[in-house]
Amino acid sequence: MKGVYDKTFWGLTIGLVAVLLLNLFLADWLRGIGLQSLSRGMVALGLLVLWRTGLVSFGHALFFGFGAYTAALLQRVGINDFFVLLLAGTASAGLLAYGLGFLLRRYRAIYFALLNMAFSMILWGVIAKLEVLGSTDGIGVRPPSYLGFAFEGETNQMILFAFTAIFTYLVALATHLYLRSTLGHLTMAVRENEIRVEYLGYSVERAIHLKYIISGLVAGFGGVVMAFAVGHVDPDSMAYWPVSGDFVFITILSGSGNVAAPIIGAVVYEMIRSYAFEYFPHVWQLIMGGSLLLIIMFLPDGLWSLLERTRRKKSVG
Amino acid sequence: MTNVLQVTDLHKSFGGVVAADNINISVDEQEIIGIIGANGAGKTTFVNMVTGYMPPTSGAIVFKGQSIIGLQPRDITKLGLTRTFQIPQVFLSESVFDNLTLAYGIAEQSGIDLFKPLHTEKRAATVDAHLERYQIKEYRDMAASALPQGVRKLLDIAMATVRRPSLLMLDEPTSGISVEEKFNIMDIIMNALKVENTTVLFIEHDMEIVERYVSRVIAFYQGEVICDADTATAMQNPKVREFVLGQDKYNAEASGNNGHA
Repeated sequence: MKGVYDKTFWGLTIGLVAVLLLNLFLADWLRGIGLQSLSRGMVALGLLVLWRTGLVSFGHALFFGFGAYTAALLQRVGINDFFVLLLAGTASAGLLAYGLGFLLRRYRAIYFALLNMAFSMILWGVIAKLEVLGSTDGIGVRPPSYLGFAFEGETNQMILFAFTAIFTYLVALATHLYLRSTLGHLTMAVRENEIRVEYLGYSVERAIHLKYIISGLVAGFGGVVMAFAVGHVDPDSMAYWPVSGDFVFITILSGSGNVAAPIIGAVVYEMIRSYAFEYFPHVWQLIMGGSLLLIIMFLPDGLWSLLERTRRKKSVG
Repeated sequence: MTNVLQVTDLHKSFGGVVAADNINISVDEQEIIGIIGANGAGKTTFVNMVTGYMPPTSGAIVFKGQSIIGLQPRDITKLGLTRTFQIPQVFLSESVFDNLTLAYGIAEQSGIDLFKPLHTEKRAATVDAHLERYQIKEYRDMAASALPQGVRKLLDIAMATVRRPSLLMLDEPTSGISVEEKFNIMDIIMNALKVENTTVLFIEHDMEIVERYVSRVIAFYQGEVICDADTATAMQNPKVREFVLGQDKYNAEASGNNGHA
């Protein structure tokens, strides 16, 4: 009923403008956290799409790593443009999701979750074993150029962050529009009642396949961003299974109420992790685990439900 | 009258168990047919085969001149043959309005068009009119999980009719509905379907319902059709009386009917 310009559109737009302004003043380490947040937030956005369908993947590091390595390897053969690498990494992960989707769309629940993990571990194994792919040492990633313009040091980080934020905004908005479309609403329908969907005249497997491709695309996008943010890709931090676990963590932390949720959730996750690591270097995992426990116990619908709760109170009061 | 459905020599066996054998049924446009039979007689198996839920072992099913054997339920739905379920199949956590809106979305959009928004003002008006036809407008914003059973059944049927099917198969529309409600609900269903010009074939255990709403009866017993005749004739058929109504006697007495047999 509303056009494109709904609350989420304005929320995301204001968020983007705020981030772009902040970018001018941020300390470099904060910018690093910001980049990593956007990167992981994008993967979590892909998981949100699956989550709404009632599916969880324990293996989206597969697409994350695939996107990151595609960018890193293309850089090796001399392609260094940010936009080309981002597009190539995203598209390659999407293609991989398209191929694997033919198998995965037939599975649900734990089988779906673990089959994803299996594929991600295959990628991890292949990368770790192959000398061409840098083996366990990984490959260095240089700062990219932007349509021929190259920047050094902090300026590069600033430009990288700005463009990443803009693309994240566009991807989030596109996902939001998708979720509002008839196909997007099928996420709920498939989760609730597959038989009914078939008898309404749509293929459940096709609906799941499309969602899987979307989640693969955005996870690949996140991977490319991470490669640039860290300046390095290696199998352990790109494709090993705990990386997938982090994404699921962020998804639970965020909640699935809105496309903005995983981005906010990723920032909070990054903050908790950085501070836990800084102040409690020996027990930081304990703090991460504790936070997850608290979220599941007290905020089962994630951080986004806090926002919704205050909004509901306002409308009542 | 034009033929809608032609089923020839349909056979289904699960290993050694024969669930359907030698079934020959022809359905014409505008007919209202009741399928009766004891539990396990093969009624739902028949509906499942015709709607593509399970393939028959052998035989032919022709819908509006086209063989539909081997088609998926979604393809058969698109051709204009839909069904409802003994246990309503709806999206429980969603509101009545959203349930029906999504049904319309899938029916009206296809291909790249599916990326367009689900909720439009025009569609909302169509959905509201549909809800009114099934007299469930007052439940519009209630979650399907909170609905009384009768209303949930109506929603299930409303969702099955968004494509204006030529043939609708209802699997026990009154099961789980109280005795006081059943005629009211059947009236709503039958009136709506008459407006929509739908040919109806429904499975029913309640003989009061059958006698009141149906012009032709097909009786199943152990996977075979034992009687296919107009309602009055079928009710007098000795085989029907022995194998179908005999078991139904208790039901009929409990609901205050004069009973059979």
